[in-house]
Amino acid sequence: MGSNMAEQHPVGFQWVVEAKERGAKVIHVDPRFTRTSAMADRHIQIRPGTDIAFLGGVVNHIFEHDAVFEEYVRHFTNGPVIIKKDFRDTEDASGFFSGWNPGDSAYGIDTWGYNKSTGEATAGKSEQQADVSGEQSHGAHGMELTGGDPADVDNSMQDEHCVLQILRRHFSRYTPETVAEICGCSPDDVVAVAQALCENSSRERTSAVVYSVGWTQHTIGVQNIRAASIVQLLLGNIGRPGGGILALRGHANIQGSTDIPTLYNILPGYIPMPHPQSHPTLDKFVKLNGPDTGAWGNLKPYMVSMLKAWWGDVATEDNDFCFDYLPRINGDHSHYAMMLKMLDGGVRGMFCVGQNPTVGSANSKLMRLALAKLDWLVVRDFQPIESATFWKDSPEHESGEVRAQDIQTEVFFLPCAAHTEKDGNFTNTQRLLQWHHKACEPPGDCRSELHWIYHLGRRIREKLAGSQDPKNRPILDLTWDYPVRGPHDEPDAEHVLQEISGRSSDGSFLASYDELEEDGSTTCGSWIHCGIYKEGVNQSARKRPGTEQNWIAHEWGWAWPKDTRIIYNRCSADADGQPWSERKRYVWWDEKEGKWTSLGDSPDFPPDKEPDYRPGRNAKKMEAIAGDKPFILHPDGRGWLYAPTGLVDGPLPAHYEPQESPFKNPLYAQQQNPTRQVFHRPENPYHPTGDEQGADVFPFVLTTYRLTEHHTAGGMSRTVPYLAELQPEFFVEVSPELAAERELEHGGWATVITARQAVEARVLVTARIRPLEVQGRRMHLVGAPYHWGGVGIVTGDSANELLPVVLDNNVHISEYKVATCDIRPGRRPRGRARLDLVQTYRQRAGVKD
Amino acid sequence: MSLQTHAWPSTYGAESRPRVGFFTDTSICIGCKACEVACKEWNQIPMSIQGFTGKSLDNTVDLGANTWRHVAFVEQSLPADARDNGGDLVRAAQAGAAIDAGVQTYQEGDGFRWLMASDVCKHCTHAACLDVCPTGALFRTEFGTVVVQEDVCNGCGYCVPACPFGVLDQREGDGRVWKCTLCYDRLKDDQEPACAQACPTNSIQFGELGELRERAEHRLAKLQDAGQDKAQLYLADDEDGIGGGGAFFLLLDDPEVYGLPPDPVDTRRDVGEIWAAAGVAAVALGGAIAAAVFGGRR
Repeated sequence: MGSNMAEQHPVGFQWVVEAKERGAKVIHVDPRFTRTSAMADRHIQIRPGTDIAFLGGVVNHIFEHDAVFEEYVRHFTNGPVIIKKDFRDTEDASGFFSGWNPGDSAYGIDTWGYNKSTGEATAGKSEQQADVSGEQSHGAHGMELTGGDPADVDNSMQDEHCVLQILRRHFSRYTPETVAEICGCSPDDVVAVAQALCENSSRERTSAVVYSVGWTQHTIGVQNIRAASIVQLLLGNIGRPGGGILALRGHANIQGSTDIPTLYNILPGYIPMPHPQSHPTLDKFVKLNGPDTGAWGNLKPYMVSMLKAWWGDVATEDNDFCFDYLPRINGDHSHYAMMLKMLDGGVRGMFCVGQNPTVGSANSKLMRLALAKLDWLVVRDFQPIESATFWKDSPEHESGEVRAQDIQTEVFFLPCAAHTEKDGNFTNTQRLLQWHHKACEPPGDCRSELHWIYHLGRRIREKLAGSQDPKNRPILDLTWDYPVRGPHDEPDAEHVLQEISGRSSDGSFLASYDELEEDGSTTCGSWIHCGIYKEGVNQSARKRPGTEQNWIAHEWGWAWPKDTRIIYNRCSADADGQPWSERKRYVWWDEKEGKWTSLGDSPDFPPDKEPDYRPGRNAKKMEAIAGDKPFILHPDGRGWLYAPTGLVDGPLPAHYEPQESPFKNPLYAQQQNPTRQVFHRPENPYHPTGDEQGADVFPFVLTTYRLTEHHTAGGMSRTVPYLAELQPEFFVEVSPELAAERELEHGGWATVITARQAVEARVLVTARIRPLEVQGRRMHLVGAPYHWGGVGIVTGDSANELLPVVLDNNVHISEYKVATCDIRPGRRPRGRARLDLVQTYRQRAGVKD
Repeated sequence: MSLQTHAWPSTYGAESRPRVGFFTDTSICIGCKACEVACKEWNQIPMSIQGFTGKSLDNTVDLGANTWRHVAFVEQSLPADARDNGGDLVRAAQAGAAIDAGVQTYQEGDGFRWLMASDVCKHCTHAACLDVCPTGALFRTEFGTVVVQEDVCNGCGYCVPACPFGVLDQREGDGRVWKCTLCYDRLKDDQEPACAQACPTNSIQFGELGELRERAEHRLAKLQDAGQDKAQLYLADDEDGIGGGGAFFLLLDDPEVYGLPPDPVDTRRDVGEIWAAAGVAAVALGGAIAAAVFGGRR
């Protein structure tokens, strides 16, 4: 669901094809019939943005048919935990959970917590006051729990306030009929999928869920994935072979760039970035971000080892290991917040590396107008992409809105090396790192990112050398001593990997994050990667073929943490540590040896912790995790069917309509996710929605997506002859019915209009796009691949021009997957007339300027 | 010997290598076009933008001088016979255990399937292109494949109409004929052709032809057991009009559905008879003229 795996991950899809050959059943639930649907046993079409409703129907079925995997749920999840009595569900409060504060459009989460526990908001309050939203605002790593044990538990799971019963009630209205009404599928579709999952989930069998950006790019993105987590935990499909939830990322190594982040709000290994008000000292920071119990109980050693890796001998206990050197974030600096600040003149310069916001971001015009406010812009890419040429050839030049001579932004274009031209790692969906060796030198002035960032830092340090200004100390004190080699002084990537992996005080390589110390005697750039260079060997470069080892292939690459191929794999044995079945044997307790053993994976559990181990009342860290609690990253070791902390929009998923929808929310009076991040400003108008007046001016549902033949915003494919020719023009996919209704000609041109922009595209009329019956009305879908832009071998209007900026407030991702639009035959007007057309629509719909 | 051609292996003697080819199993093609790109990349074929064609997701249209691998996309409605069967092919397929075998391709209720298939030069056993080539640019290699030598081809174009599949094509602005070489250069280095190596799902399989045919027979039996009644091998028969292809296919429907000729024949097959008939006619005509001339004198 929410994934077009065959098209976007064709190489990985070979394993789906192979699984199919071996009897696996593949079901594709998606708004479009794609190349993935063509290979699936069954395709079920749903309306974009209704995945939670569909999954809610699956959860409902699981309860109605007593298909809960009870032993798994009782021991491994928080199903038996009693929640505070004053918690109110969306079902009781018309679409709001308890704690809603309309004044600041945010939830206070105090009532969501475990009963008789007070620690939920420990990591929340202060951050919220500091105007920081997103995953850290409530402490993503969990709350304080004395002894790692929820105070109030009903192991019969019958108490009306226990999580399992709350879940049952929460999803009781998600019947097949209601779900079908929301999704536009048939009730039978919901039942068929639920049945298939239930039949294939047991001691003997497991089912996997695959998702991609079709789930994340919504104002309810995180809750889409939460809904899948609930299904998989109820059915016992997490931490077992053949199970899991696989997040297929937007492109190669996005997983890696989250683990060692290019994100503004986390440090390597998902450690939150400190805030100015609430994190004055390292100890305070640790207290607010690491619960005492579970693997995050060791946040201090992780943190100190990272600071030691960065600032070496300068970092000492006396100076808080240079904790003060870390930048602080004082607000939401996510992509769109930053671009809007830029538009308002609040950002002077920008490095744009491997990103093309003027094509890839929602409301592309707003992005260009923002870039034009910069003093300087550095673009590093293969080719001068639209984000580098916006100052001279944007659509706003054509419409007469801007003139090149008025744009003062100085643009520097730096050509980059391809992955074949540099050493490094790719991390894929199951956290597997695979090293790639440089095949040849990059041509001309092209350089790797490592080269660029290292030499940039080196030059800055040379300029600052001798400075006595304390603000320069964090830069001057950095361990910036990577050896260089080759004709271009390329830094040694393996040396960087060694720093990430970590060393003990005698310089020897560490094997696992368990060895990290809080006294400064160890260094480690990223605790989750600790051991990737153990025994002085680049573990990620191991390439022993699968044919020479068992199916776990443990000697191919390296997976974090601790080379664990299936995370939380303690779940693959029952509470007593015995395999659920012979067929699904993976990790189990070896009574004779007194340790956890496996078919060939690293047990993701303390190796000698007995299954019947119970923590003492004041146990801390890993000591607080009981022998039957596999989810060691949670303070209670349980998988969270219900999330008491960590999310800004509720402990459970609920169906909300997208920001723009032709339909009213049939479940709740609250139409959209109440916590979604909206930006009401003239450059970013929203359409009327549901039954609001003017909503019918934009009667169709728009969804944007990608094709196999192109890469994201096109910088790596529209400029490559053999890829450009495969999809040479921007086109929209419409059903024969919509084509007839709007007199669109197959192969001809159409203009798609929203309150943001009007774009033109060729028309592909196809039976693969079908109208849906929703709430007694016919819904038409306009499908628009977004790869094109103004430069390259093949050019065209960009679909993302059409979208508004509206975000999931947990992670600030934009709702690319659904908006409303109109479509009409023929090419769009040129020049000023294009603006006039959009203006006409705004007026008709009553969109305020 | 089966698979034998006019020139292979006889003319190569000890230098002959096993005859190799492609088995393209279209039932697992995902339409990614990696074969098209890998082919063009390895063989340095020029870009040939044809614009938006509206032919499903296919914009390279067919095989030609600049497209040596081509993926066809066929958006196909439910066949009438299945519609008669209650209109629900999934239920029909379930009865046939198609889902268990992992080969079911029609979707529930909507009577629609999307076929994808990667096409290529067939490297015919009886290759008319090779026979009509006056310069010897086209030749049969020691691997039993058919290759055009670019430094010998003079662009006469005789081979173009000789090909029953329309594979051979002259490059615009160059005049010479270009087509799949089955990566002759890679074969000489014991490497498999670029397309087969790039194919993520193993839809394109490269190997010794005899072994490939056995593999294909097994796969076909599996599909047929699973209720894929129209599944068939194409060009895997020594007795067909081209004596079997060095590249052959497993199709889920009739060849014409994919734009392939249903019953291709070696275009030179009847040449002998034609010349014989022409000879008879000439003799008869000569006799008649002689009779007229000499008879007239009489």
